[in-house]
Amino acid sequence: MRKKFITIPLAAVSATVLLAACATPEPPAPSAAELDAAAVQAVRAAFRDQGIAKVDRIQQDLGQSACSSDKEPSEAVAAKIMDEAKATVKWPTGGAYIGDWREGEKIAQSGRGLTWTDRSTATSANGGSCYNCHQVSKEEVSYGTIGPSLYNYGKNRGVQDITAPTAAPIIQYTWQKIWNSKTYNACSNMPRFGHMGILDEKQIAHVMALLLDPNSPVNK
Amino acid sequence: MKKLHRARTVVAVAALAAMASAMAQQKSASDGIAEYRKMLEDGNPAELFEMKGQELWSQKRGPKNVSLEQCDLGKGKGVVKGAFVELPRFFADTGMVQDLESRLVHCMATLQGFDPAEIAKTPFGRGEMANVTALATWIATESRGLRFNLPQGHPEEKKSYEIGKRVFFFRGGPMDFSCASCHSVDGQRIRLQDLPNLTKNPGDGVGFAAWPAYRVSNGQMWSMQLRLNDCFRQQRFPYPGFASEATIALGTYMGVNAKGAQSIAPAIKR
Repeated sequence: MRKKFITIPLAAVSATVLLAACATPEPPAPSAAELDAAAVQAVRAAFRDQGIAKVDRIQQDLGQSACSSDKEPSEAVAAKIMDEAKATVKWPTGGAYIGDWREGEKIAQSGRGLTWTDRSTATSANGGSCYNCHQVSKEEVSYGTIGPSLYNYGKNRGVQDITAPTAAPIIQYTWQKIWNSKTYNACSNMPRFGHMGILDEKQIAHVMALLLDPNSPVNK
Repeated sequence: MKKLHRARTVVAVAALAAMASAMAQQKSASDGIAEYRKMLEDGNPAELFEMKGQELWSQKRGPKNVSLEQCDLGKGKGVVKGAFVELPRFFADTGMVQDLESRLVHCMATLQGFDPAEIAKTPFGRGEMANVTALATWIATESRGLRFNLPQGHPEEKKSYEIGKRVFFFRGGPMDFSCASCHSVDGQRIRLQDLPNLTKNPGDGVGFAAWPAYRVSNGQMWSMQLRLNDCFRQQRFPYPGFASEATIALGTYMGVNAKGAQSIAPAIKR
C-alpha cells in the first residue's frame, strides 16, 4: 500500500522530466557528409590570395581530395589516381635522364620556393627539399625521416653503369616517381615535382644523377 | 630594473643562439633546445610579453576607456586562471566556438570599443595585434602547469572538432601537403626538427601545449594563430584569415587531442 503511494508520484515526476526533454529536442548531430561539406566551406572561407600563393591552390584534384582523411581511398579510387598520374608523366627530351649530381645536391639541399613570401613561381626559384624528408648523401647529417633513406639509392638497386640497358627500368621508375609520385602510391606524401611544376626537366635530371650516378656521393 | 632584466635576457639569448648553432652538428635540435630552455628558465624573454599582457588586461583602454577585467574567457567574467587549457570552447553570447585570440578580440570590441575587423587584418607583431599576443601570453602563463581539458559537451564544440580534423587532413597546394603530412606519425622529423604527432596527445608541453612561445631564431613571440599561419605558409597554402573558423577548428582538434597534456606555455622554441 505504502509502496504504491510512492511509486505514483515518482512516475508522474519522471513523465514531466521526459516531457520537458521532448519539448526542447537536441538537433541531430550532423552526418559525416554534412561535416565534410562544412569543412570544405570553412577552408574556402578561411584563405585569401597572398603574393604568389593564390586561393586556386585549395581547389583539390582527385589525388588531393581522396587523400584528405585518416582513411585510405578505396582500391578503385586509388587505381584511378595512379592511372591518371602515370598518364601525366613527361619523359625527358632526348632521353636526357641523368644530369650533374653536383647540381642535384644543391637542389636536394634547397627547401626554397612557392610560399607566399617567395617572389617567383619559376622552377629556377625552387628547391627539391629532398633533405627535409630523406637521408640522401652521408655527408649531410641534417636530414628528415618522413621518407625512406635514399643513401646508396643507385648502388642498392644494382646500377653500375647508367648507360647500360639493365639500368633503364630503375631509371624510368625513378623519373616517374619524381615527376608524379602518385604513379606508384595514390596517397604518397611526396610532392609531384614535375607534374605540379615545382622542378623542370633539367632540375629533375640533376636530382636523378644524385641518386643514380655511381660517381655521386649517394652511391659511395 | 626592467631594462636591466631585458638587456641581460637579450645578451643571454644572443649567446645561446650562437652556442646552439655551433652545437647543431653534434646534437639533435631537441637536445639543444632542451638545453637552452633549461638555461633560460629564469629568463625566458616571453616574460616581457607576459608583463605587458598583464598590464594590458587591467589598463583602461580603447574608445570606451575600460579595462578587460570583465572579459569572460569561458570560466566567468574576469576569471583568467585555468581558462587557457579549456580553449577553444563554445560561447553562448557569440553563439560561436572561439579560441583565446578570437575571444580576446571579442572582448576588446565589446568592452573597449575596438574595431574587431581592423585588429584581425593587422599584421602579427604590430599595433593591437601585438597586444592580443601579449594578452594571450599572459593568460596562458596563468594556466601554466595545468592540464588541457577542452569542453566537448556542446554540439558546436563537437562540430568544431570534426571540422578541425578535416582541415588537418586537407591536402592542397603545389606540394600536396596537409598538416597531417608532417604531424600524424610518431617520431618523425624535418631535417633535425622533431615533429609532434598532433592526431593524439603528443605529451606534456609538446605541440598545442607549448604555444604561445618565444622563438629564439627570430626573437618574436608567437601566438597559436601565428604558429598556424606559418604552418600554412610552409604548406604552400594561400593566407589563412586570422581567427577564421578553420584555424579555430584546428585549435579545437589539437586541443581536444592534447587532453591531459600539461601546458608549459609560454615555451621557448628554436
